Amino acid sequence: MTERADRSLPCSPRPDAPRDRPIKRPDKGPDKGPKTMSHIMIRHLPALLLALLCPLAAAAQEGVASFGEGDTEITLRSTTDIAIIRPLIERFTATNPDLSVHYEQWGSNNLFTNSRAACDGRAEPADALLSSGAHQMLWLVNAACARPYRSPATEALPEQRRWRDELWGITEEPAVIIYNTEALDAEDVPRTRFALLDLMRKKPELLRSRIATYDIEDSGLGYLFAHADSLEATTFGAMLEAFSRIGAIATCCSLSIIEGVSEGRYYIAYNVLGSYAEARAAENVGIILPEDYTLMMTRSFVIPRNAPHPEAAQRLLDFLLSPPAQEMLRELGLIAASDPAETSLLPSARRLISLSPPLLLALDRSTRERLFRLWDEAFSADAG
Amino acid sequence: MTDSPPLPPRRPTRLPSSLAARVLKAVLLILLAGGLLVAGSTLYNGRLAARQSYDRILLGAAQDIAGSIRIQNGRPLVDLPVSAFELLAQAPDDRIHYSVRGPRGRLITGLDETDIAPPARRSGGVAPEFFDARLNGEPARFVRVTRRFAERDFSGGISVTVGQTLRARQAMAVGLTLDTVLPMLLAGLALLVMSWIVIRSALRPLEALSEDLAGRDPYDLTPVPTEGLPRELTVMLEAMNRFMGRLDRQMEGMRHLISDAAHQLRTPVAAIRVQAEAMQDQPDAGLRERALTRLLARTRSLGTLLDQLLSRALVSHRTESAPRAPLDLREVALEVVERGDHELLAPAAELRLEIGEDPVMVRADAFSVGEAAKNLLVNALKHGQTPIAIGAERRGSEAALWVMDAGPGPAPEIAARLGQRFERSATSREDSAGLGLAIVASVATAFGGRVALEYPGQGFRIALLLPAAPDDAEVS
Repeated sequence: MTERADRSLPCSPRPDAPRDRPIKRPDKGPDKGPKTMSHIMIRHLPALLLALLCPLAAAAQEGVASFGEGDTEITLRSTTDIAIIRPLIERFTATNPDLSVHYEQWGSNNLFTNSRAACDGRAEPADALLSSGAHQMLWLVNAACARPYRSPATEALPEQRRWRDELWGITEEPAVIIYNTEALDAEDVPRTRFALLDLMRKKPELLRSRIATYDIEDSGLGYLFAHADSLEATTFGAMLEAFSRIGAIATCCSLSIIEGVSEGRYYIAYNVLGSYAEARAAENVGIILPEDYTLMMTRSFVIPRNAPHPEAAQRLLDFLLSPPAQEMLRELGLIAASDPAETSLLPSARRLISLSPPLLLALDRSTRERLFRLWDEAFSADAG
Repeated sequence: MTDSPPLPPRRPTRLPSSLAARVLKAVLLILLAGGLLVAGSTLYNGRLAARQSYDRILLGAAQDIAGSIRIQNGRPLVDLPVSAFELLAQAPDDRIHYSVRGPRGRLITGLDETDIAPPARRSGGVAPEFFDARLNGEPARFVRVTRRFAERDFSGGISVTVGQTLRARQAMAVGLTLDTVLPMLLAGLALLVMSWIVIRSALRPLEALSEDLAGRDPYDLTPVPTEGLPRELTVMLEAMNRFMGRLDRQMEGMRHLISDAAHQLRTPVAAIRVQAEAMQDQPDAGLRERALTRLLARTRSLGTLLDQLLSRALVSHRTESAPRAPLDLREVALEVVERGDHELLAPAAELRLEIGEDPVMVRADAFSVGEAAKNLLVNALKHGQTPIAIGAERRGSEAALWVMDAGPGPAPEIAARLGQRFERSATSREDSAGLGLAIVASVATAFGGRVALEYPGQGFRIALLLPAAPDDAEVS
């Protein structure tokens, strides 16, 4: 279960696909190995196969857990791995004995599709959503699918981590570069994107097929990072070009990437979710917060407009924002230390993906098409 | 006035609203009305300003998007600029909508499928159209910008619709209004405080005045000082002082009457009693006859005295209270002569009336002036020498009513004291009360005139001079 944390599903529809497209991922999908250029070229074939393989009735969620024994059961749909968040939810039900939590773990794209359907009344609404796909949650709020709430805890949040009092960022997790400490010499370790670009130019043979990153078409979070990168700096184009040149691997899932780096299958992985890298990495995996800028993602909490138990969801939100819960999140690695002394990262290099309207651009049809086109060109041009 | 119960030192709890309260109420009303007016107009202006500025943002975003449309291989492509969204994020908490549609409303890109169009689409218009509509159930403002393409492989208009809910606009309007209204509120409060202080200081003389009046002795009718007081108050105080002066003079007159009566009557009454007692014991009929004659004379004299006392009291009362009417002094003289009192007092005396053709007009009380004339004549009959003349004439701005006799007149030291109340010349006879000239003098004072003693060669003339009234006054 845990290795599937926070990844998007290969058989989930693309976010811009018709929302009721009935592709669901079975728990036993085909092995989703790293997607090389050839994989991508026949991307639609596995999709079709999956469509046939995935039972239509299969639950879209990847895992379910129940916490507490209170009479009021709230449904929390989240992209966060159950194993990682378990202590926090247990703490919540322990301090709120009248509540119990039905925790469903979803892929971010599926969760988005499901929430849109729930907003229109075509699916059972949840009481609360907690997703790493901040742009998708923002879309829900913009479409009036969320319920406003104000409390001292929500008002204490920085501007960038809330919008309209309907969307709240619970965590702060960096997008990092990880590398295999055994495979790379110390002087080769790229501290910035420029260093990574230089390294790819200088030692293409060493790195050929040894660099991995999220496949943005499968992962909502990967897409979000790529989108933010494309807005942040011109290095994005150069990066894609370099990836293309050395035959980088676009694949899925934080944990398999981290394992791949640890096992030496990949030497470097770009834009990996730092919290998982921190939590799961073996000793031979080094983590770099890029010094030119480090993207920070925040997991977004939404109370759906038609939530059956909004008050309980508000209590959950207040709990998640409370100092003890934030401290626990920090221990779990879901809130990155902001102290420069601790992270060697200058505050000016932190780029929190702000919960504000410009994020809606990430869901724009033409913007997505352009980004996917660039991506496809990069990962298919130099095939072989 | 002095008989009314003294004023309480401070205003009691249930008094009709004080001046201060009235003025304050008026100020408050003015401020409230003005404040409401200004608040309303600022709210209106604020909404207008907010609408204009956010409409510009909306238009900027729409044009930003429209500018990013290009045609590639016959297909419109939109390279949505993030700057457009950052523009829209100037309203940080507002939901947004955008859509780019090609010919026939085909969606090129947008947040969702909903088509929000202006209510009445003007065909062919390229100018931006602003319109209000609802966005997900919330009121919102939209703009539609149409960009026309005439390329080889694409021709037609592409419309960009951008919308935004109204939170930021409302917040700005309210903020602008508050920015204006709050200082105004403070200014209003300051004005209230200031007007309170001003009113207090303006009313302080009034308070001092009422304290002064409250602390006064009931018989103290002296004028209230008016120095340094506001003009409005001075007018009122002067009226009050005049009133108190009249009251004072009347009381003075009454006191005089009482003291005159006591002084004047005691002696004659005692004399009459003594003579009557003497007559009782008088065996001799002849002597008794003489005593009776004397008694009669004394009684007559007492009667005259009483007449004079009453006449004086009456004059002094009337000069205060009777209305002043136009009066011809010739008629007064004529009437005195015609009444013929002198024939009783001094049958032997020769009396002449000297009046002219023209009326001699004054404004005065006919009775008082008649009494004065009678007393002047009686005086001349008693103390002067025949022939006696009475007349009236105009002397410049004064009108004179005079009596003249052929005698030398009183000695200068007596003349100097003439008109005082108890004047009795050493040689005066018993029935001469000396009251006569006092009456004349008080009439002269009452009507703003004077008494003049004149020695025109052969004889003595005494004249009552009053300010002349215009000639054309009607002779009643």
